Amino acid sequence: MSSHKKEGLTIQFLPYAEIDGLNSTARIKKLLEIILKGKVIIIQGRLEAEEETRLIEDTLILVGKVKGFKGIELAVIAPNTRDRGIMSKFKHGIANALVGNTESLTVIGPASVIKEMRKDPKKLEVMMNRQ
Amino acid sequence: MAFKILTNFFKRIFGDIFAKKGNISLGFYGPPNAGKTSLSNRICKDWTGEELGTVSRIPHETRKVQFKEQVEIKYKDKSLMFKVIDTPGIATKIDYEDFLKFKVKKKDAQGRAKEATQGIIEAIKWLDDVDAVVVVIDATENPYSQVNITIIGNLVARKIPVLIVANKIDAKKADLKKVEAAFPEYDVVGISAKYGTNMEEFYESLFKLAKKTKKK
Repeated sequence: MSSHKKEGLTIQFLPYAEIDGLNSTARIKKLLEIILKGKVIIIQGRLEAEEETRLIEDTLILVGKVKGFKGIELAVIAPNTRDRGIMSKFKHGIANALVGNTESLTVIGPASVIKEMRKDPKKLEVMMNRQ
Repeated sequence: MAFKILTNFFKRIFGDIFAKKGNISLGFYGPPNAGKTSLSNRICKDWTGEELGTVSRIPHETRKVQFKEQVEIKYKDKSLMFKVIDTPGIATKIDYEDFLKFKVKKKDAQGRAKEATQGIIEAIKWLDDVDAVVVVIDATENPYSQVNITIIGNLVARKIPVLIVANKIDAKKADLKKVEAAFPEYDVVGISAKYGTNMEEFYESLFKLAKKTKKK
């Protein structure tokens, strides 16, 4: 019998509703728990600016303390809102206020799994590390 | 009595104005190896005669926040006093093996990685103590990197005025237009900190930035 060990990548989707009710500390804890399992997360929406830096801080505290953990790769893909008309901006502003910023997608993964994420306004390239 | 009321009135009006005038704490933020220390050095050398830190091609050379107070910069007939704060490059990951490529010994590389992680955390904490920020971006690299966007997003959330500097415009691969296109809502100045290219325009933008601070 072949004893080839199959290795896969787990991508966990996190709907905005799952993090909406959490405070910043709980959100970041939840994300880090998933990342430390070697999974890649796709979040519907994006974190607050302060939460992004807090995530970086909390991540870096773990570098050197958790075996094999080197940090994270993070990218946010957001629609271009610059060319929208005033009414459209207003409607999206109301929608964001009511249900949160769900238009963006945030991709976060452990740096040991994702080597690099190259982003431009139209696409996101994810370079994987060889296991 | 009337004299006392008058002096108190002037003290209240003008005292407040002069109390606000002090060092403008100017932070230099950006990803590693973008040229934050090169630019801080050039400014400090131009106006105080002394440099601030050492520059290296190895990323994370600056691993501690370093600053110089009382840097008086003159532009045209105006003069402003700055506290120049050079910060370690912000990154979301640190791998000591990256330093081995630069022939750094394993033990030194591990120490460097540890200091670099602490440096990034320190740099983030310093965001609470800056009045204005110059975000230094390497014009030869992709400006859409999440680190740039996270830094600028944080500054906007904290209402800290931002100036974007696209450094290394002397390099063949540099693309100033791409940086400008990535940040259309901000003032972007292309410079070469290494060669001192376009520093006049930088100082002009710096004075505009200072006007937006609470200490103008």
